[in-house]
Amino acid sequence: MDFERHLSIFLQAVFVENLALAFFLGMCTFLAVSKNVKTAIGLGIAVIAIQTITVPANQLIYSLLLKKGALVWVNSLLIPTSTYDFGEVDLTFLGFISYIGVIAAMVQILEMFLDKFLPSLYNALGIFLPLITVNCAILGASLFMEQRDYAFGESITFGFGCGVGWALAIMALAGIREKMKYSDVPPPLRGLGITFITVGLMSLAFMSFSGIQL
Amino acid sequence: MAKSKVGKVLFGPIIDNNPIALQILGICSALAVTTSINVSIVMSLAVVAVLAFSSAAVSMIRNYIPSSIRIIVQMTVIASAVIVVDQILKAFAYETSKQLSVFVGLIITNCIVMGRAEGFAMKNGVWMSFLDGIGNGLGYGMVLLFVAFFRELLGNGTLFGFELMPLDRNGGWYNPNNLMLLPPSAFFIIGILIWVIRLNKPEQIEEA
Repeated sequence: MDFERHLSIFLQAVFVENLALAFFLGMCTFLAVSKNVKTAIGLGIAVIAIQTITVPANQLIYSLLLKKGALVWVNSLLIPTSTYDFGEVDLTFLGFISYIGVIAAMVQILEMFLDKFLPSLYNALGIFLPLITVNCAILGASLFMEQRDYAFGESITFGFGCGVGWALAIMALAGIREKMKYSDVPPPLRGLGITFITVGLMSLAFMSFSGIQL
Repeated sequence: MAKSKVGKVLFGPIIDNNPIALQILGICSALAVTTSINVSIVMSLAVVAVLAFSSAAVSMIRNYIPSSIRIIVQMTVIASAVIVVDQILKAFAYETSKQLSVFVGLIITNCIVMGRAEGFAMKNGVWMSFLDGIGNGLGYGMVLLFVAFFRELLGNGTLFGFELMPLDRNGGWYNPNNLMLLPPSAFFIIGILIWVIRLNKPEQIEEA
């Protein structure tokens, strides 16, 4: 039962609600870094790693600190005569600034960790790691997590699924663009124009998953 | 002289140097909110406000920011501006803010905002940065409205919510093109927009 719920969240995040193709998130990097498959794979792996870490981390921050009623545990720490009820505090408006802080910090930590323990992967990812901080897909996944009120376990699955979906999309696009080098595109459409139309067609193909009920 | 510079900073980004169509920045959120013109207008105003005020604020403190942590400082300034805009929207336009859902929050990671903070506000005065923010925000809004115009007209037969082409399901003659309400249509419209711009400005054509 529980496993089914996780599977459903995962498949939903990968196919039905693919962040890149259904919500247009992370488009800037998506279009800029999809010129060849190799770099696309590197970026895809980095995004999967960061998503799997930041979404659960932000879930904890949201459910333990920001949500209305989340600070109720502070009451027990106060002197009994205090009349202020922390259960009433609603800090959800601080969400954006905390999430982006967590994302920036996590990216930095992952960067240092890889540099120390997995230098080959670190070198392969190169410039993409810091770029991920400003990738809308990462912040977007955290915001969707907040909006849909996922529990901690579900948020891990969701983060991982979002990352996989995004990675899948960028690898597919990179593959298509590599092949497209050999085709004769009208000059004004070359580069960006045709990429947009290709992504539109890919997105159309992904729409066929939308009827799936899990 | 001074006047022409203001004009260039303010109006340059709208057509000549449009951030979406030519620099391809900030398209992430541009596409998702363009199914109706009203929502696009609110989104554009939000982006103009965030861009103008965050650029001005970054420019104000630009001489005090150590360059090693400038990105995170800019990020914090932008995030604060976005929080203010989000709260205002929730207070005064609750329905629209529901429709925009996470995309108001995503203004934080909109490359245009970061790009202008890093590329312009760190080097220029407060007033100029403010104008630059407004100009770029308007350029972004232009593309948003352009895309929304086609999507709303062809997908729903309406503009600004008024019925222009009566739908066949209501006894009219227009059979709506539902594709226009789905995500892929936004890609096609922007692709075609880029095509048209580059036909008229051959110097923009990329070498394949």
